[in-house]
Amino acid sequence: MLRILRQIARTGTLTEAPPATDDAALEAAGIELRRALEARFRGSLAIRQVDAGSCNGCELEIHALANPYYDLERFGVHFVASPRHADVLLVTGPVSRHMETALRRAWRATPAPKRVIAAGDCACTGGIFGESYASCGAVENVIPVDLRIPGCPPAPLELLRGLLALAGREA
Amino acid sequence: MSRLDWLSGYLTRLAEKGAAPRLEPVQTLGPRVRRVTLLPADWGTAAEVAAALGWRWAGVWGDPLADACVVRACLQAREGFVVLETETALEDASLASHTRYYHGANRLERHLRDLIGVRFRGHPQDHRWTRHQAWGEDEHPLRTDFPVAGRAPKRAPADTGYPFVRIQGGAVYEIPVGPIHAGIIEPGHFRFQAVGEEILRLEERLGYLHKGIEKIAVGREPADLARLAGRVSGDTTVGHAWAACQAMERAAHGTVPPRALHLRALLAERERIANHLGDIGAICNDVGFSFPHMQCSHLREQWQRRNREVFGHRLLMDTVTPGGVARDLPADAMTTLRGDHRALREALAPVFDVVEDHPSLDDRLLSAGILNPTDARMLGCTGFVGKASGQDLDLRRDHPYPPYDRLDVEVPALDQGDIAARVQIRMREVYISLDLMDRLLDTLPAGEVSAALPEPPAGADGLGLVEGWRGDILCYVRFGADGRIARYFPRDPSWFQWPALERLIHGNIVPDFPVCNKSVNGSYSGHDL
Ligand code: SF4
Repeated sequence: MLRILRQIARTGTLTEAPPATDDAALEAAGIELRRALEARFRGSLAIRQVDAGSCNGCELEIHALANPYYDLERFGVHFVASPRHADVLLVTGPVSRHMETALRRAWRATPAPKRVIAAGDCACTGGIFGESYASCGAVENVIPVDLRIPGCPPAPLELLRGLLALAGREA
Repeated sequence: MSRLDWLSGYLTRLAEKGAAPRLEPVQTLGPRVRRVTLLPADWGTAAEVAAALGWRWAGVWGDPLADACVVRACLQAREGFVVLETETALEDASLASHTRYYHGANRLERHLRDLIGVRFRGHPQDHRWTRHQAWGEDEHPLRTDFPVAGRAPKRAPADTGYPFVRIQGGAVYEIPVGPIHAGIIEPGHFRFQAVGEEILRLEERLGYLHKGIEKIAVGREPADLARLAGRVSGDTTVGHAWAACQAMERAAHGTVPPRALHLRALLAERERIANHLGDIGAICNDVGFSFPHMQCSHLREQWQRRNREVFGHRLLMDTVTPGGVARDLPADAMTTLRGDHRALREALAPVFDVVEDHPSLDDRLLSAGILNPTDARMLGCTGFVGKASGQDLDLRRDHPYPPYDRLDVEVPALDQGDIAARVQIRMREVYISLDLMDRLLDTLPAGEVSAALPEPPAGADGLGLVEGWRGDILCYVRFGADGRIARYFPRDPSWFQWPALERLIHGNIVPDFPVCNKSVNGSYSGHDL
């Protein structure tokens, strides 16, 4: 236990470390996001992430949102296990044809009003995989999309800005 | 035994069994890779003899031509590799299955059958694997007459009717999970049969991420193939891009400047460390111990930021290109990177110290999810999964490709095969990679970082063999006309690690499945292609 406490003390609070290049931008985006969520989503946004055909690169960066640098939860955003608990579906990948029906079902299970974010070049346009016998291409070819976050993969800060754009846009 | 003996021993035994193997006189696929052409009737014997010699089976893939199919399988001996090759007509094509000698062949043979239509006689599980409902049973997307766009524009229905094995008995119940899982993970379906908490059987149903990579690779330029290869499995972008470039370079007889080779290795070791850090933390988190997770994920984030700064991409995508690497190190990078290596060693010591020896981790990770060495060998597991279960294999040491031929690569090996062992191997590998990277920087040659790839003649082919962070990556490339790709097949190590998960989960409890799965961490995308 002592070893753990010592290491925690040594590490300190990373989220408040002196801002490096990205960190100032991160704080600004985060605070704005928090405000938008307070005003329009009663302080919390529940996201269900669906990998509909990704190469898993996008997932790695979505995971990074939870690391101590970004700590997405402090802005009121959290990932939920069921689409039934979600405000937003965050979809990655071109939609593989083998995932087409599963994605539609997840979308139908999400209660209205719901929003869909297409994260990553593949989700936005089909990306490098495009449309083929095995791929439906862009997410919007399968379910309606409200917001696109390009990038291959989008960096955590770009994902955060995308969430902000979505939250800020809601009336 | 000399280089030649190992091969002639194999060929003699084949001949004794009545087979008529033909050895290609020169090595065209790559150094230490010999091509042996067989009659279709001798296909099964070739595996039987190799198994008797204790060789490893490293993959099978088809290469469909207009009305025939060339089928190739790769065998790995201590001294080198053999690529078996046979040609069969497409109509009613069938070969003897290798699965009875090598369990790891099971799904690759079914994948080949689904995509090209060559059947494997005597296969113990002769039903579809990669195919769900997006194309019909008698259609084969990789055949040359099958359009890239497919033939069925209608919505693909959910997969049904897959013949899962059911266990009968009053107290047995079944738990279906997925394809969409309750987390930020790739999709796949798991079917558990359990009694109480205990798992009697797990059956995987994968293929959900099949996005036609092998088909859309056809007709690409080399640079374009490298980009695609870097997206076979995003977490292994360097590994797959390197394997594809190595295969293309071997086929085209291209040379890569020594400085570029060093930088590739630097990138590959950075990728290994990033993934190990992420997964070691996540494994601890899966048993409710968040301290290492927070520590490792912040170190990983720093690492990724440095990737972006020095190499241009947080995950290192598109850094390996045919003939070299995309860019040279910035002027001050040497000092920065050396400093990073030192800092990471220091930061990890207290964290790994806790992971190594903490009662709450011992309790959950020791003797959980045991993969016994026999299963690991039958399946052909490599990487940390194999190394933790007695498979002392690593291409960087055993069949070193430059620049590893000039570096001594230490390979850790254990044989208890549990989650704790897999974690230990990965912690050790982080330190080994850090040392390797220091040595790579110390000996970094001057010069160019890229050379033009000569245009290969139509039909030239090559085999790439690279040790990715998950294990050995095999990659076959054949060129067609105009220097464009006619066939690309990357075999991710996940093909052998997914079936290992089915075995090591046996007898564990359902709540331990996530941590068992994470400790193996197969790639869904790299497997489904
Ligand atoms: S956008 Fe890039 S990282 Fe994301 S799934 Fe597509 S290829 Fe992978």
